[in-house]
Amino acid sequence: MPRSAALSEPAAGRAADRAGHRAPASRVWLRHPPLALGALITVALAAIALLSLVWTPVSPARMQIAFRLQAPLARGLLGTDQFGRDVLSMLMAGAWNSLSIAASAVAIGTAIGTLAGVAGAARRGLIEAALMRGCDVLFAVPPILSAMMLDAFLGPGRRGAIVAIAVFMVPVFARVTGSAARQIWARDYILAARGAGKGATLITIEHVLPNIANPIIVQVAIQLGLAILTEAGLSFLGLGMPPPTPTWGRMLADAQTYLGVAPWLAIVPGCAIVVTVLGFNLLGDGLRDLLDPRAGGRRGLSLPALEPPQTPDRGAP
Amino acid sequence: MIAVLSRRVCGLLLTLLAVSLLIFVVMDVLPGDPAAVMLGTSAQPDTLAALRHAMGLDQPVMLRYGRWLGGMVTGDFGLSTTYGVPAADLLWQRVAVTVPLAVMAILLSVAIAVPLGVMAAARRGRAVDYLAAVFAQFSIAVPAFWVGLLLIILFATRLGWMPSGGFPGWSAGIMPALGALVLPSIALALPQAGVLTRVTRAAVLDVLDEDFVRTARAKGLSHGAVLWRHAVPNALIPVVTVLGLQFTFLIAGAVLIENIFRLPGLGQLAYQALARRDLIVMQDVVLFFAASVIVTNFLVDLSYLVLDPRLAGRAT
Amino acid sequence: MTTMPLLQIDNLSVTMMPPGAAPVPILSDVSLTLDKGATLGIVGESGSGKSMLSLAIMGLLPPTARAAGTIALNGRQLLTLPESAWCRIRGRRIGMIFQEPMTALNPAMRIGDQIAEGIIWHRGVARAVARRAAIDLLDQVRIPDAKRRAASYPHEMSGGQRQRVGIAIALALQPDLMIADEPTTALDVTVQAEILDILDELVRERGMALIIISHDLGVIARAAHRTIVMYAGTGMEAGPTVALLRDPRHPYTTGLLAAMPRRRPGVGSGPGSRLATIPGTVPGFADMPAGCRFAGRCARQTGACREATPAWRLFGSDGGRGVRCLHAQLDAAEPDRPEPDRVMPL
Repeated sequence: MPRSAALSEPAAGRAADRAGHRAPASRVWLRHPPLALGALITVALAAIALLSLVWTPVSPARMQIAFRLQAPLARGLLGTDQFGRDVLSMLMAGAWNSLSIAASAVAIGTAIGTLAGVAGAARRGLIEAALMRGCDVLFAVPPILSAMMLDAFLGPGRRGAIVAIAVFMVPVFARVTGSAARQIWARDYILAARGAGKGATLITIEHVLPNIANPIIVQVAIQLGLAILTEAGLSFLGLGMPPPTPTWGRMLADAQTYLGVAPWLAIVPGCAIVVTVLGFNLLGDGLRDLLDPRAGGRRGLSLPALEPPQTPDRGAP
Repeated sequence: MIAVLSRRVCGLLLTLLAVSLLIFVVMDVLPGDPAAVMLGTSAQPDTLAALRHAMGLDQPVMLRYGRWLGGMVTGDFGLSTTYGVPAADLLWQRVAVTVPLAVMAILLSVAIAVPLGVMAAARRGRAVDYLAAVFAQFSIAVPAFWVGLLLIILFATRLGWMPSGGFPGWSAGIMPALGALVLPSIALALPQAGVLTRVTRAAVLDVLDEDFVRTARAKGLSHGAVLWRHAVPNALIPVVTVLGLQFTFLIAGAVLIENIFRLPGLGQLAYQALARRDLIVMQDVVLFFAASVIVTNFLVDLSYLVLDPRLAGRAT
Repeated sequence: MTTMPLLQIDNLSVTMMPPGAAPVPILSDVSLTLDKGATLGIVGESGSGKSMLSLAIMGLLPPTARAAGTIALNGRQLLTLPESAWCRIRGRRIGMIFQEPMTALNPAMRIGDQIAEGIIWHRGVARAVARRAAIDLLDQVRIPDAKRRAASYPHEMSGGQRQRVGIAIALALQPDLMIADEPTTALDVTVQAEILDILDELVRERGMALIIISHDLGVIARAAHRTIVMYAGTGMEAGPTVALLRDPRHPYTTGLLAAMPRRRPGVGSGPGSRLATIPGTVPGFADMPAGCRFAGRCARQTGACREATPAWRLFGSDGGRGVRCLHAQLDAAEPDRPEPDRVMPL
């Protein structure tokens, strides 16, 4: 007997949302404006970052003290900094720095975290408990502090920043994949595979990983945004890539001195960070809607097929 | 209940122990000899050796770890090598800035996010809902330290309403001290508020779907009464959970925010201690942060028992 | 009777208007009358729209639903009321008991408070007064040790006890009309009988009118004097319960009766005999066939059934019966003759 609440308003709204997921692929973009916008921003930024490797309007390292602290449009599209460097060029070079560090860190974090997650789910028991406790430990140290320590350990540079951010991504992915994989392991087809004599590794590769790919993909997009934010924070503190490589975070740190006379130096790189993170978050949210709509347990508008009248089983006295 | 609690406390202590070991090991392998940093580059090898001996740096690792941990229990947090004062004193001075800052930021983010999330859920698909979604999306993408810079540009540089940074100390009176924390706590709260708004909205929407909400409406209660008396109390568990998880990010943000607003807090202390290889202080600060994260999550677990009577029943 | 009926529903239809999708009719052309102190059963399969009917009477339709027609309580039109006026009717004039006692109570609120809440809200009495009233109500729904139980949380009670709390909540303000939507479906058989007993007794003692909704003809037969059989969002047959069960005129009612297990031993319920079922399923609300909605599953359907919705036709010596079928015989109802086989004490 379906409850009449099957028609309650939020459920109806979600059902309408979900109707979009059955739309043909060509209309996915139209049906999911956040996904489209997120993908657009991400692709555009990746293009700009790659472009900066071969071309920027001016060399981002070129200092022209004579033209220092020029307002946007007065010299160059976005003005110049305290050394007369072209802000737009620095911004483009910074995009490569941010995106490459974030992507590397998330890739490492995803690989190790996923491995730990599926291994824990496959082995259970002590191994799982130890892995999850390890995650708790890593999770307890705020990322910026572990990054500060790692930076001191590995020395300034790309490697330090990547490892520092990846360390924080590992427990996140271990938890996400661990809980998703545990759900898969409880399914009947896993039982069938085990009955057929397949080992845990083979089952993980054949059944578990393909089935938890969606939440991992969604998490990758979201964590990319977080990695950008962390990298910006690190380079703001003077950690991460050393000068003269321009980073968004250091541009902001340098701008602090000139907040009164050249506020655009603080506003422009911040906007770049916001747009980038926004792009990844929109992409992640859109992908979640598309791939992982939490359909289970939700009651929809479509009323379930109706069974013949049922009387509770009373049994003959 | 007692059994469950003691098991949880044991787990908490175990995690703390593991964290302290991790921190100690990382600090120990950090390049840079604190004694060498103190004496500068021109130090004589025998002076250096003497100082290392005086600082106990020539002792075995495990002994030093044990001594650090043992001192921690008795309240002796070690001696700062750069300031030459007990690390505990430094720590408590800085805690008096960072903890009020974190508390203000949490209160502010809850004050923004919970009403906004509840309104968005109650008026699903209307203007408030879209406004909340846009606010959440942007505030999650905005780095706290950039918000700090923008606030300084607007309120300190342009309008001149607030100081652009610094901290007069609590001895200067409650109001000036709190005033110095206003802009930093706004900067810190804003990104948290976005996540919290989303979680609140989703949690309330889930609860509004429940049968007991319909029962409450069938009593004739108004929408508001149903929302605040029945839906919101039952939606608090995910909200509190996320609040606990956010604490880690809040502290990370505090390190940066203290840097921008020149607040003499724990984050700034950690930054300076690391730069000067003041290992004892660095260890203590990182352990303090980690411990506060672990304890916060423990308190979140405990709060479930208060928020959901069903769990309290199970725990007895 | 010249007095105004307690509840009069005329040509009620309810349509869901999901945003960006085609409207879905849930109820069409439902009419019914209920006098003070009368009992009415509404029976039908899942998805027949009977629960939506009860929500429409309570003004608790989902926001995407549009209702047309009239619902009048004591002559007052309900469908056009603003929400604030609805709030004064719900709980006070109409009480409702829900199907799922396990989920219908707030898990984070003590049951005494959940009962007292409505009393405080509508009467504005002090908390202590409402608490005492709540304990009284728990007593009346036969919860032992009511004073102590009032401090319990729902999870500390059994399903049957929770449903009694549900009744106490609905009863709290002595409404003129009580709606019970599948009040016993989620409960064990022995508990079902107790709940129906309590309902019977309370309704009789207080002269409340009762609408009881069920898919179970046994429950209806026991609790309601009159019955409406609903199918796919509209009434198919109505009449005094005894007459309707003894002498069904609509093929669907006949099918429902045949699909019921007999509770008398030896009468066609032996291990070898199987229950009759109605072939097919109820058509979805979104693609309702033209003409008679039951035609697709009806053994007696002819081409005419598919052409237009059959009209509601009144018949019976006392004029108390109605049917929506082209093929139904409309002779006078047969004189009363006891047929214990069909009247099923639970």
